[in-house]
Amino acid sequence: MRLSWTTKYLLLAALVLGLAVIYFPLLVVLLNSFNADTTFGWPPSSFTLEWWGRAAENEGALNALGTSVQAGLAATAIALVLGTMAAFALQKYRFFGRNQVSLLIILPIALPGIVTGIALNNAFRTILGIDLGLFTAIVAHATFCIVVVFNNVVARLRRMGGNLEEASMDLGADGLTTFRLVTFPMLRSALLAGGLLAFALSFDEIIVTTFTLGTGLETLPIWILNNLFRPNQAPIVNVVAAVLILASTVPVYLAQRLSGDTTSGGRL
Amino acid sequence: MTTTLDSPRRKASAFLYRKPRLRLGILLSAPMLWLGLAYLGALAALFVTAFWSTDVFTGQVVTEWSLNNFVTLFSDAVYRTITLRTVGIAALVTVVTAIIAFPMAFYMAKFASPRARRLLVIAVMTPLWASYLVKAYAWRTMLSGNGVLHWLLNPFGLDTPGYGVLATVITLSYLWLPYMILPIYAGLERLPNSLVDASGDLGARPFRTFRSVVLPVTFPAVVAGSIFTFSLSLGDYIAVKIVGGTSQMLGNVVYDNIGAANNLPFAATVATVPVVIMLAYLAAVRRTGALDNL
Repeated sequence: MRLSWTTKYLLLAALVLGLAVIYFPLLVVLLNSFNADTTFGWPPSSFTLEWWGRAAENEGALNALGTSVQAGLAATAIALVLGTMAAFALQKYRFFGRNQVSLLIILPIALPGIVTGIALNNAFRTILGIDLGLFTAIVAHATFCIVVVFNNVVARLRRMGGNLEEASMDLGADGLTTFRLVTFPMLRSALLAGGLLAFALSFDEIIVTTFTLGTGLETLPIWILNNLFRPNQAPIVNVVAAVLILASTVPVYLAQRLSGDTTSGGRL
Repeated sequence: MTTTLDSPRRKASAFLYRKPRLRLGILLSAPMLWLGLAYLGALAALFVTAFWSTDVFTGQVVTEWSLNNFVTLFSDAVYRTITLRTVGIAALVTVVTAIIAFPMAFYMAKFASPRARRLLVIAVMTPLWASYLVKAYAWRTMLSGNGVLHWLLNPFGLDTPGYGVLATVITLSYLWLPYMILPIYAGLERLPNSLVDASGDLGARPFRTFRSVVLPVTFPAVVAGSIFTFSLSLGDYIAVKIVGGTSQMLGNVVYDNIGAANNLPFAATVATVPVVIMLAYLAAVRRTGALDNL
């Protein structure tokens, strides 16, 4: 495209500035986790590793980490099964109500989190009479993680078409054998990427979790929120926040390496 | 291959192959039970609850139909102010993100090399997955009285805006920016370069080309991005708690009515407001084709 050099450089400047604004606050949190000053005066006058050591021994934070991992793994497992089934149904068949079904899959993440949160809270407690606990949070997380797996699998199915599966059937393989030897190997990296991103989404979620996790339990984001306004906990909150920033980039990076099927990792 | 032509598995496979409807039914059953029955059921129950009330003395939900909650919501000046403030913040956040995202997406889609483009998409996307709470918290430290913004702006005679509506707009814009960049980037990628060149050949200056060629073609993508920024802002309450000072949004009213006030029916009533606004917005933008850009 021919545009004047001035325009081009102005646009480049906007991009660089935009990315700087995106990453700068995250870097500040990382730096502050080493800031020796407990009120985080800026610029930091001296650095320390003390907060990282204290955080590693903080029982509340460690318990919260455990809860986060359990909820994430269970929700990811459910989302993988349901998301893949839905992806096959919508990608391979044309049927009445197909658009409505795909809207329904996006709905839990498209509606404001607080609506999903209180709807599920109300359903568990008032309608079904189930006490909130880890189980209810897992059900809630699985509900909004389905879309991530679904989007990744749909993108892969769209790209691979159906020729190889038909060839396999023509050569005498039955449905199960075709799935085991042809379809699944081609889907594997998309499933892994979808699973990683679903786990990341569950790990980071806070609003729906607030309304569906039982009292006395905390995930890492809820632990942060509960300790955010306690001044003596501030340095440890900073370390946990820094850990979350670093931890969340790993699955995104891995997922992008495994499958570049969707621009946003299938979150949108 | 150990299976023979008449093995049970083979027969089942052949039977299913002849019955695509049955295969579809099996595939859809579990996801539809989960989402269609459980999730939609929960949503429906919530909206029914909006017409019920809470007994002032026992705190129990009274299952009698009434419009009282809606009357309170519309007649009370406090809720009107909060609704207007919430919609205003959501609209402002949408405009701010669109203005910041467009040039960024334009450079990514039109000037970056294919390799750089892939890296830039990852660079924009990664913070999208970084914890919502951590990002809101990051802005709390940035905006605080002895924080980075104070240190950066002080030499110019300016200061950090502190915690309030402006801080909320900044934080929400920051949080949702990737949701705006990615759809616009995808839209611009589909815009043929030749259209822009043709406009230039016909004598249009860059701004005229932008207004008459680029914007009309990419408008659906901008609207697609706005669906996320607008909807997510309407329902937010945690960012407001962290950087908003005393100015509440609709989400805070919902949250407080569930927690402290223990009035689930009224919380449900307030929660219908963002949902109705979003449905109206979606209906309004349907014709732009934005929904196909999601």
